[in-house]
Amino acid sequence: MSSMPFYVSPEQLMKDRADYARKGIARGRSVVVLGYDRGIAFVAENPSRALHKVSEIYDRIAFAAVGKYNEFENLRVAGVRYADLRGYSYDRSDVTARGLANAYAQTLGTVFTQESKPYEVEIVVAEVGTRPEEDQIYRLTYDGSVADEQGFVAMGGAGEQIEGGLEERWRPGMSLADVLGVAVDLLGRDPNGATGRRLDASQLEVAVLDRQRPRRTFRRIEGTLLGALLNTEDPTRDAPTADDPTPGRHDTLTQGSPSESATNPETQREGE
Amino acid sequence: MTTGADAGRLSAAYLATGSSSFTDFVGAHAPHLLPSRRALPAGSSLEAPHGTTIVTVTYGGGVVMAGDRRATMGNIIANRDMEKVFAGDEYSAVGIAGTAGIAIELVKLFQVELEHYEKIEGTLLSLEGKANRLASMIRANLGMAMQGLSVVPIFAGYDLEREEGRIFSYDVTGGCYEEHHHHSVGSGSLFARGSLKKLWRPELGAGEAVSVGIEALYDAADDDSATGGPDVGRRIWPTVAVIDREGVRFLADEELRPVVEAVIAGREGNPGGAR
Repeated sequence: MSSMPFYVSPEQLMKDRADYARKGIARGRSVVVLGYDRGIAFVAENPSRALHKVSEIYDRIAFAAVGKYNEFENLRVAGVRYADLRGYSYDRSDVTARGLANAYAQTLGTVFTQESKPYEVEIVVAEVGTRPEEDQIYRLTYDGSVADEQGFVAMGGAGEQIEGGLEERWRPGMSLADVLGVAVDLLGRDPNGATGRRLDASQLEVAVLDRQRPRRTFRRIEGTLLGALLNTEDPTRDAPTADDPTPGRHDTLTQGSPSESATNPETQREGE
Repeated sequence: MTTGADAGRLSAAYLATGSSSFTDFVGAHAPHLLPSRRALPAGSSLEAPHGTTIVTVTYGGGVVMAGDRRATMGNIIANRDMEKVFAGDEYSAVGIAGTAGIAIELVKLFQVELEHYEKIEGTLLSLEGKANRLASMIRANLGMAMQGLSVVPIFAGYDLEREEGRIFSYDVTGGCYEEHHHHSVGSGSLFARGSLKKLWRPELGAGEAVSVGIEALYDAADDDSATGGPDVGRRIWPTVAVIDREGVRFLADEELRPVVEAVIAGREGNPGGAR
């Protein structure tokens, strides 16, 4: 037996979808993206070491998301494919955050209006420039709208509240240790966690796009280094420019001490 | 270009789950970009620049790969400073012999393939995994190889599990074979191989391995017109990559120059070279 078709106005339909998506996003813990003197920092409350909210897309571009993991993971993979294909068919320098943000916006917009359920996600695509003025941070919402943000963004359940705090406390040209301090303090007030907490290194996912690095600029920050950056008494103010000396993947920095093993070659000798 | 249809929306291929291979994605979404998917007119052949000799030498801490700089087209020298040794990723290098245009495109695809996997999976491929990915790319190129546009690479890398340098060779059908101690490919490889056999010793250090590689290239250039010897006048030295637990490192001209000059000086009045 088929049910009676009945009329729903487009306004109501869109409003229902938006409410649905917003509710899904508000349940998650927040992510903060903010510029510092030598790059862009990403800070998320995320106890998992395997299911990331912040990831590398390309040489100077990273991705951060809140909401449903399977949906934003799908978008992350699509972004890596988009960037790698573009870099392969043109040149590495032709991959831009603006292009990727547009592709995401079209995708989210189409899904929002045409599919049975919108994506319950909010994402940031950020690209680090050679100077702070050239940094780009794009925020994309579930319905495909894009905003070009200046300096900082907070997404997720307590997003607005955290942005209020950032407006007061964030200044251009702060050091990495300072912006992490501000971000962690504000994330600790997230109502989805217990309020007034002091988040420690094990509950945080932190990554940077470091403008001083050649080629791949994305590095995760963990371990002793993260502890030192979060400790206001410690003199460490910035991520080291050399990678960890351990063999293996060089996308994670855990030590403050510099080493001589920063490889990460492209195709040829340096400078060619 | 290749962004999805539907007014800029990322098409279904972008959002498909399951594959962490860039080649598979390009094959499904934009096959015209793959070097192996181009149709050639049947029965025709053409002259294109060919890359020549690459040698690899293992040593205690890793492996060294060296290539000459010449590309030839028939009896003409097409290029005298071409680079034919490339970093595959942080812990591997690929050297190419055969049709230069297609080989360089394959290497570019291979590099993106490895980095793509790394970003999607969040981990490095094993050394065998990398060698097998390269084999499948060569296999896909078989149609072109049968029309004369063959590519025969050599792959060397540092195995992080076994903590040693390893060498893999290929044939045109995509067969992948692990080689021990040393190997060479390209038109001058027979001469280079003879030289490597006589000079290689298990206790070589990195510097000695570089020197052995350069001797072998010199011997190849001595008897094979398509292999370029060191060009002292133009200061064109071989491309040399050293791969160890720290990663891949290409030797700079200043580092190579004394080694090459020592090899040349050693042959004065002794054209057979070191033994």
